[in-house]
Amino acid sequence: MTAGASRRRAAIAGVAESDLGKTPQHTVLSQQAQAATAALKESGLGFGDVDALFCAGNMGFAPPMAMAEYLGLQVDWLDGTNIGGSSFEAHVGHAAAAIEAGMIDVALITYGSTQRTDRSRGAAGPATLGSQFERPYGLPMPVGAYALAAMRHMHSYGTTSEQLAEIAVSARDWALLNPKAFHHGSGKLTVDDVLASGFIAEPLHKLDCCLVTDGGGAVVMVAEDRWADLAVRPVEVLGHAETSTHAQISEMPDVTVTGAARSGPEALKRAGVSHADIDLLAIYDSFTITVLMTLESLGFCKPGEGADFVAGGRTGPGGEIPMNTNGGGLSYCHPGMYGIFLLIEAARQLRGECGDRQVDGAELALVNGTGGVLSSTSTVILGRG
Amino acid sequence: MPTPPVPDADTRPFWEGVAEGELRLQRCDDCRQAIFYPRSICPHCQGSSVSWFTAAGTGTVHTYTVAHRAFGDAAKEVPFAVALVDLDEGARMMSRITGDPAAVSIGARVRMAPETFEGADGAFALPYFRIDGGGA
Repeated sequence: MTAGASRRRAAIAGVAESDLGKTPQHTVLSQQAQAATAALKESGLGFGDVDALFCAGNMGFAPPMAMAEYLGLQVDWLDGTNIGGSSFEAHVGHAAAAIEAGMIDVALITYGSTQRTDRSRGAAGPATLGSQFERPYGLPMPVGAYALAAMRHMHSYGTTSEQLAEIAVSARDWALLNPKAFHHGSGKLTVDDVLASGFIAEPLHKLDCCLVTDGGGAVVMVAEDRWADLAVRPVEVLGHAETSTHAQISEMPDVTVTGAARSGPEALKRAGVSHADIDLLAIYDSFTITVLMTLESLGFCKPGEGADFVAGGRTGPGGEIPMNTNGGGLSYCHPGMYGIFLLIEAARQLRGECGDRQVDGAELALVNGTGGVLSSTSTVILGRG
Repeated sequence: MPTPPVPDADTRPFWEGVAEGELRLQRCDDCRQAIFYPRSICPHCQGSSVSWFTAAGTGTVHTYTVAHRAFGDAAKEVPFAVALVDLDEGARMMSRITGDPAAVSIGARVRMAPETFEGADGAFALPYFRIDGGGA
């Protein structure tokens, strides 16, 4: 990649998950400590090398401060940007900018959640500020918001439940190849299984929805000056862009188009690459409809053509355009803010470490996080170093 | 019992209107577009002068869902329909569509029909909608 070759480049070095699934032995902080230790070790670096910390978890007041204290770190750069599940793609962009500017050399990005153990999904406080115009109506969130988008997408484009189900089927096929996936041993899924799983909020069925698991992760980013010291092949951050279009679904400008329509093309432009160059997709899959709308919004196909794009296992193992090769939020893990796991899998694929599910010749990945209720998007282009 | 809204300095006139059976919205004094939810700045042009007016309380279903699962007290009410309603004045809002959920469809005409609840901190009204059968 020659675009912007004169800038000080940034790369993802070590990546790691914490224990996944159900983790009553963990707190949100111990999960992140476990993942951070592993990711730094994989990098060939130590906590003493870290000069920037990025966190987006919901661990009380001022998460980066709480995390730094727990780890015993005093860093020079703290970033607590929280834009939902896409926060970690934003963190990569922010860290790359700080590295490029010469402000930091080694950034640690962490996330943890014990929502499955805590049974905290759906817990909500009083209906204040904007939420006073949604919460009183009792819609289960976030699934209800995605259902509103899916219903409109079906109305506008004739998208069907069968077509959405294909996304869950391909995710499961990948999970069967990933020993860390929650559904690794669950066997294949069929379109009929998805349709028979019962409505949560029409038109979305239970198996159109992501898992509810515990889990954490960490990503280490390093300035090019330090790449020679690394114990792992660096994965270069070639481009990044982020945006938000709304916070609540009733404020979404067009309920069938996400902010990826803005962040996707901008990230590709900054990386100096085009859609056709991408070998691997890591697309936030909180719900099947999230994937469909994101692919359209990113510009991989036209609005309304997302169903054809994913049809017939095209994004599954052996397919034309591999997507969510870890099994995704639908079949691997989803602890609430999933974006860090997109980065972890993309980095491993680009390093060629994925065993049975390795995508041959994967050199360029597009990672797209989606946060809130289709509210924020953050797109990162990663290249094999 | 629904989660009660917590009215504030921006939104109190709206909730007082609902309690009186009226749908009160804001309009930007600069770009003249309708604004919902109520706020101190126009989200269309960032103008800082907005005025309240009383809307017709009618609109069209832009999209909807029927919830078969829900959290808290709403779980006792499934299945129920929630829609994004495009109000005739140009703003969009979320609400319940009461009555048979199977009767709701995209493009259906709806009319506000507020319902009042007795909360722990007093009564409150929500601007529910129903399919507009043409009656008053």
